[in-house]
Amino acid sequence: MYNSGKIIAGLVVFLAFFAFPFYYNLGKANARPEPKLNTPVIQQLAEKKCVESRDFMRSEHMQLLNDWRDSVVRDGNRIYVNAEGKKHTISLQNTCMNCHSNKKEFCDSCHNYMAVKPYCWSCHIQPKEDKS
Amino acid sequence: MKIVLPLVAVIMLVVLAFAGVQVAGMQFLFGVLIPYLAIAFFIAGFIYRVIKWGMSPVPFCIPTTAGQMKSFPWIKQNKLDNPSSTMGVVGRMALEVLVFRSLFRNTKTELREGPQLSYGSEKFLWIAGLAFHWSFLIIFIRHFRFFMLETPFVIQMIEGLDSFLQIGAPLLYLTDVVLLGAVTFLVFRRLAMPLIKYISLPADYFPLFLILGIATSGILMRYFMKVHIVGVKEMVLGLVSFNPVVPEGIGVIFYIHLFLVSTLLAYFPLSKLMHMGGVFMSPTRNMANNSREVRHVNPWNYPVHVHTYDEYEDEFREKMKKAGLPVEKE
Ligand code: HEC
Ligand code: HEC
Ligand code: HEC
Repeated sequence: MYNSGKIIAGLVVFLAFFAFPFYYNLGKANARPEPKLNTPVIQQLAEKKCVESRDFMRSEHMQLLNDWRDSVVRDGNRIYVNAEGKKHTISLQNTCMNCHSNKKEFCDSCHNYMAVKPYCWSCHIQPKEDKS
Repeated sequence: MKIVLPLVAVIMLVVLAFAGVQVAGMQFLFGVLIPYLAIAFFIAGFIYRVIKWGMSPVPFCIPTTAGQMKSFPWIKQNKLDNPSSTMGVVGRMALEVLVFRSLFRNTKTELREGPQLSYGSEKFLWIAGLAFHWSFLIIFIRHFRFFMLETPFVIQMIEGLDSFLQIGAPLLYLTDVVLLGAVTFLVFRRLAMPLIKYISLPADYFPLFLILGIATSGILMRYFMKVHIVGVKEMVLGLVSFNPVVPEGIGVIFYIHLFLVSTLLAYFPLSKLMHMGGVFMSPTRNMANNSREVRHVNPWNYPVHVHTYDEYEDEFREKMKKAGLPVEKE
């Protein structure tokens, strides 16, 4: 091979970049987040159900919040009727966070794992949490 | 045919992944085995192609000379367009790789009425190419949040910048829009310009359609057909730490996305996409134009026995003298 020094240096850079996830994660545990549902409000529920089904909430809650916001801010409609026909008051602070008052252990456990930082809390009030 | 074939191929790939996961339930095949094979083939194939290029000798000093070469001290050299030193070559290569300088100078030639031949600059290919490559790079780097348990600050910063308009939830990424726009433009450019269409081959359309498919499936997954993203990260972390897991309930669109990406990776070393490594290996770009200072020896020159004039004179000196011919050494 001609110019082998330079070519090998280039290939090392290539490997450093593309194989990075593999050697970076060697021997690291794969810790999946476990959002906690043990808040007082949820424990008192007769039926432990979210606004919508769990699978729907898991993947669509950001979309739902976006629709809620539009529904309130643009249409002035503060009532949400879910798939089962049950009515909920549309409110991030008073509905979601009433049940999920453990934001750190619930919302944030997933969001930290996925490295998303919803910017909602610069305006909306976070629930006060006794245990941090 | 040149266009329909690659389009059908990409559609078939989508159908294959959909049927494999949704109907046959082969999550492990499409989520673990195929990605592993594709990555192994990509890395090994890439290195093989580069080493094979490295083995080919360069017989002549052939850098492209697009400006005044180094000459007398009172003639100004164009150090970037006609580099004579390694630093100059590095500078020119950096500009080429980072901002596609040679594409910037793309011109178009037209025969107008008159008849009159006119030359004009043609910047759309440059703009779209730049937008496409940079968005692709940013999107690729952004994906590292799926590959690492704690996402480093730099990647979070890139993500924050990419979504700074804060449109909707999940936030709209600007690069998603730019990439889709640029690739669409590049496809239409091939279709709309008759000369470009004439020289385009299936191997030109296939990567475009494939990348369009990857971008579309990714965008669908993020904004429209939501998947269980925490499960996706769990699976990807399992892959990269060699502990594959297949969590339940990830949407099929994720497997389609992953299968298209695997196809791109496996196809990469076989295709024109190798220009990623090839640009650094091009003699016209990686050599310095110093042929008046340094002799470039052709590596496969046959070892010719050279008979220099000195040796010639040594051999025939007496005879030359007798014949009255001038000699250099007495
Ligand atoms: C009435 C109380 C209640 C309200 C109001 C409520 N949740 Fe829930 N939420 C629950 C319960 C209970 C579960 C667990 C559901 C299950 O396991 O089936 C849950 C589950 C979830 C999950 C899935 C967690 C997982 O483990 O995958 C998400 C995400 C979520 N909620 C977000 C929200 C958001 C966002 C809102 C506001 C729009 C909201 N919740 C409002 C009680 C509530
Ligand atoms: C710039 C400040 C600001 C930010 C940031 C913000 N909001 Fe709001 N939000 C408001 C205001 C003001 C209202 C109107 C309150 C009202 O009319 O009751 C509102 C209303 C809402 C509502 C409906 C009413 C209610 O009480 O909840 C939802 C849902 C909502 N926002 C969700 C979000 C989400 C989700 C985010 C983050 C992605 C977010 N907001 C970020 C200011 C903000
Ligand atoms: C099951 C894990 C999980 C739980 C629990 C959860 N989220 Fe999320 N959340 C996610 C994921 C995953 C995303 C999107 C990540 C992505 O698109 O990259 C997200 C995104 C969001 C977004 C959009 C943010 C953006 O910048 O795009 C908002 C707003 C949000 N979540 C609010 C909440 C609130 C409020 C709660 C608690 C009531 C909550 N989430 C609980 C997993 C979760």
